[in-house]
Amino acid sequence: MPALDILAAAVLNGLMTGAIYALIAVGLTLVYGVLHIINFAHGAMLSAAMFAAFLCFQIGIDPYLAIAPLAVAFFGAGYGLQRWLIGPASHGDDRNILLVTLGLSIIIENLLLASFRSDTRTIDVPYGFSSLDLGFTFLPLTRLMGFGVACLVAAMFWLILNWTDLGKAIRAVAREKLGATLVGIDVRHIYAVTFGLGAASVAIAACLLLPIFYVNPRVGNAYVLVAFTIVVLGGMGSVAGAFIGGLLIGVVESLSGMYFGESLGQLGIFLIFIVVLMVRPTGLFGARA
Amino acid sequence: MNGRRTEAVRSYGLILAVAACASLAPLFVGSNVALNAMITALIIALAAQGWNVLGGFGGQFSFGHAAFFGAGAYAVALLQTKFAINPWLAFAMAIAFAGLVGLAIGYLSFRSGLRGSYFALVTLAFAEVFRIVANASPFTGGAAGTLIPLRISPANFQFSDRAVFFDLLLAAIVASLCITQWLKLSRFGAYLIAVRENENAAQALGVDVLDVKLKAITLSAAMTGAAGAFYAQYFLFIDASIAFGPWISVEALLAPIIGGLGTVFGPLFGAVILHFLGEIAKSIGGRIPGLDLALYGALLILVIAFARNGLMGMISARSARTTGRGAA
Repeated sequence: MPALDILAAAVLNGLMTGAIYALIAVGLTLVYGVLHIINFAHGAMLSAAMFAAFLCFQIGIDPYLAIAPLAVAFFGAGYGLQRWLIGPASHGDDRNILLVTLGLSIIIENLLLASFRSDTRTIDVPYGFSSLDLGFTFLPLTRLMGFGVACLVAAMFWLILNWTDLGKAIRAVAREKLGATLVGIDVRHIYAVTFGLGAASVAIAACLLLPIFYVNPRVGNAYVLVAFTIVVLGGMGSVAGAFIGGLLIGVVESLSGMYFGESLGQLGIFLIFIVVLMVRPTGLFGARA
Repeated sequence: MNGRRTEAVRSYGLILAVAACASLAPLFVGSNVALNAMITALIIALAAQGWNVLGGFGGQFSFGHAAFFGAGAYAVALLQTKFAINPWLAFAMAIAFAGLVGLAIGYLSFRSGLRGSYFALVTLAFAEVFRIVANASPFTGGAAGTLIPLRISPANFQFSDRAVFFDLLLAAIVASLCITQWLKLSRFGAYLIAVRENENAAQALGVDVLDVKLKAITLSAAMTGAAGAFYAQYFLFIDASIAFGPWISVEALLAPIIGGLGTVFGPLFGAVILHFLGEIAKSIGGRIPGLDLALYGALLILVIAFARNGLMGMISARSARTTGRGAA
């Protein structure tokens, strides 16, 4: 049993990572809740966003300043993808949507590979080594920033969903597509807006990740597998559940990495995932696919 | 019944004719590089035949067939290197082992009622768990992988001539095609299709849904496991990212969907087309990595958008129009 301060440091570290996991998962769960499909392109979109942030950094834009423009750009891209590609190509069949997003993920990932090759890159921000002394551990500024912004954005998502007309329309489409159509909601528009919001969430997450992590064409996959777990854990479609699930998974990963070693750190996540699916499949999911 | 029998005779005849043509291929292909590419394509085709049993006929889309591919691959390698079992026997045991892994995963997931996206995710998670464990465990050789020692002899399932291996693989493909053809016309196959079309209705009519799904995933996993065992035995090397990597899962699923879901020849056709296009893209794109795979993704979207029954569906729709017969 390690000393208490090491344990506390690991939990804190897990929470910092977990918040960014949570942000990625919030985008995924939002799309799931409304379109009732798993967006397999979420990870590839995250990789693309990280490269976009990387390119911004190279022309002198700090990743944290790139958050707003990239979020807007990815919202637009996501909107367009759903409205003019995923929607029409899948003929309204859930399984087809799943496969079209898989196809998209393959295309995005490999176009990134073709453009940037498989090299792993990192950026050096001037504040990269600043940290906060908490007495028992040091908290890097970049991680604290990631945590803060992720929480803020998740709260914004929650506010949009619960307090705006757009949010009301999104919730209506998620609940009952036909009924929403009957009261005059443009379902295809709402689908595309939701997908755009999902894309914006990965764009923001990418800007927060870049200062603390590396980027390569496959980097998004690791995050998105974790995000799948979080989405299931929190109850598919539940934004609040995804956020809490994200923090939880971040802590689990940090602790199991400490006990079982770095290479097995993610094992704990997948085991939780499988157990949750087996033991409480309906209880956690709400509506069935 | 009579019409069914004629269809069966015609299909088995077609399987043999395709195999006979393909078995001549090594005679015309001089280079080892080309033969290598063909063997890789056939290994994927075999894995895809397995995926098609569960995904195409049963409608259960697995995103983690690498779990079975890797189980077969590691089993054949480890049984030889750690337990000194004869490679042929190890090969048979590897297929059985992959089938058992399929049964276990199927039992855990189907018993909990997982379908659709959930089933896709849980299979993906199992493949990842296996990959992480195989990558870390000393028993499987860790990240360095497992090497099967080179001892060329037919008794060791190692041949100096690659063409022999090609023909063996082809025989396995023929067997998988025959199994699929049998499945298509059998009562079990009818149950499986009923589960795909409407699980609740099938259950209401008295089909034991869990039993049917479990049999399907076992058969499916055994076939994909055979592909993995062939892979390990051909390249004499296996590591976690090859055996359990997401790419195998994706290819096993792409080939049947592009070729034609739930058809006998779809997976084979799809795998051959994909690899053929991939090779062309590589020769045009030269040293730019990823172009071939980006093409796969584009093809997947195009097929879903414009050819919902895959390329086989396009062909049979056209022949039905010209001859006035129904699609075979």
